[in-house]
Amino acid sequence: MENNTVLEVKNLHVHYVTSESAAKAVNGIDFEVKEGESLGLVGETGAGKTTTALAIMQLIPDPPGIIVDGEIYFEGNNVILNTDKENQAMRGNGISMIFQDPMTALNPIMTVGDQLSEVLLTHEKLSKAEAKKRVIDLLEIVGVKSDRYDDYPHQFSGGQKQRVVIAMSLLCNPKLLIADEPTTALDVTIQAQVLEIINNLREKYKMAMILITHDLGVVAETCDKVAIMYAGQIVEAGTVREVYLNPKHPYTRGLFDSIPKLDDDSSELIPIEGAISNAADLPTGCYFHPRCRYCKEICKQQQPPQKGEGHTFMCHFDLFSEEEKEERR
Amino acid sequence: MENQVLIETRRLKKYFPVPAGFLHAVDDVNLKINKGETLGIVGESGCGKSTLGRVILRLHEATSGDVLYDGMDINNFSADEMRYMRQNMQIIFQDPYASLNPRMTIGQIIEEPLKLHKIYKSADDRRARVEELMELVGLPMRSYNQYPHEFDGGRRQRVVIARALSINPQFIVCDEPVSALDVSVQAQILNLLMELQKKMGLTYMFISHDLSVVKHISTNIGVMYLGQLIEKAPKNDIFNHPLHPYTIALLSAIPSTNVLQKSKKIILKGEINSPINPKVGCRFATRCPFATEKCTSGNPQFVEAAPDHFVACHRWKEVADGTLKFNM
Repeated sequence: MENNTVLEVKNLHVHYVTSESAAKAVNGIDFEVKEGESLGLVGETGAGKTTTALAIMQLIPDPPGIIVDGEIYFEGNNVILNTDKENQAMRGNGISMIFQDPMTALNPIMTVGDQLSEVLLTHEKLSKAEAKKRVIDLLEIVGVKSDRYDDYPHQFSGGQKQRVVIAMSLLCNPKLLIADEPTTALDVTIQAQVLEIINNLREKYKMAMILITHDLGVVAETCDKVAIMYAGQIVEAGTVREVYLNPKHPYTRGLFDSIPKLDDDSSELIPIEGAISNAADLPTGCYFHPRCRYCKEICKQQQPPQKGEGHTFMCHFDLFSEEEKEERR
Repeated sequence: MENQVLIETRRLKKYFPVPAGFLHAVDDVNLKINKGETLGIVGESGCGKSTLGRVILRLHEATSGDVLYDGMDINNFSADEMRYMRQNMQIIFQDPYASLNPRMTIGQIIEEPLKLHKIYKSADDRRARVEELMELVGLPMRSYNQYPHEFDGGRRQRVVIARALSINPQFIVCDEPVSALDVSVQAQILNLLMELQKKMGLTYMFISHDLSVVKHISTNIGVMYLGQLIEKAPKNDIFNHPLHPYTIALLSAIPSTNVLQKSKKIILKGEINSPINPKVGCRFATRCPFATEKCTSGNPQFVEAAPDHFVACHRWKEVADGTLKFNM
């Protein structure tokens, strides 16, 4: 393992088990994130993106959630074997997370300043005055005026709240930031502001980032690498450039074909038929086969292997290689 | 062929009373929608897109101004006349999880408007019509006796569409109909809406905050900001020659999937103003890099800058001839 790897996830499986059923949310994913690198985790609702993030943070609600198998190395330590106390120290300091909804991520009955200082006072030995100073400095960086230190969350707009949440996640200079749909609840002009702040801060502090989103455009503009998730698996991964220019998995192709493109009027939208499978009742073989237009007999019976170096994908075929295209003609 | 105007609004206003005064949700909107066309309405949350759609359907009563449907001023219609009128105008809501009665089967839901408007006398005729509609929107017959909770978002939205179409409307307000859906399913619903429009000659007002979706489906696009329509034009004019600084910034902020060509973003400073008791002047002036004295002292008029291209900005001429440019 190279020593600039911040996070390595190996063969991670997470299930949510109830008396009636077991939902297989994450089914054997592998990836790593290096120092200063940003990875986009893309997929539809129910693809297992947020569960993956919660597993890394060791925040899977248990019960019903169980990490069934796999390893998660943060700076060389397998966090699954950590004690609660060790995890507590890691969260905020080592890894921190921006949650999806800025409206519910803040405590409504505490002032913004108090909430932010609390983070510092919990993790570091500081006086209250020192903590306040650090909080005010960081708020300025994300574009919240210092005179709002004593305001309550309801006095902030959505974009401002998201800035406060970003500031909170950065207070202890984490090595890795997990941003779960940080701009989904925001309008596009505000989204552009917030993404710019995140990008600038990431450069400044050489922070690694995992950006969870369903928006392929946001990933193209913020990330170095991308992993496409479907039914708890990473079906395709690589650099943003490689995956966007030459998608190899039929699901990835399907995603690109189903979004309207601004610079291309003529193209008709080609939807992916059907809907994502229920995690408690996954199909046999390739999880994508019921929706795949290229489905063959083998796809219904066997899980596809992972293919490729650097740019990897999980499919029995290399459908979009020149030879295969010829064959289908 | 002369385009026939189906929907027209004149100086349409909707103010909501709030403790601090009046919230100007829709403020002096003039627009026309031609038969068989789609007018896309874009804007950020709270700009009055949805309220505009509802006032046009008279689901909210307008504070002042007129709504003309095929030349008839529907704001003066009595309740009975309006009930009859509603056969022509329907709405599709954003959240297909909240807009279906959980205790009714799919068949009953689609049949309900047929009963309300007494369109068919016999139950058999209604059943036949429901089945026809289910086929039209791509729902399998076995779902007739199923309940909404058995459906995912995409199929629920198909039920909502079938219900809206049941009484043969001409005009449908689509209020963020695909925002709650995943992209792969979103494309299914967009294609369905476009196919139905072609087949039945429907007229849409399509409200969305997603500009690429709006561009895909619309004939004309209107941009709203704090209750006002600030620019309206055929979609390619809006995208290729935007005249309002806000439209320019909005278009540049759309994240693009094109990895070969990174577009430059215009990052606006500041936050959206409050729509409660807005001051005189252009409402975008606080965030506009080109704002002058004139912009804060007088309301810009909504003028026709080019054929079919309307804009409300004091300095649109300078934007059009390239004197004013954003620093990127």
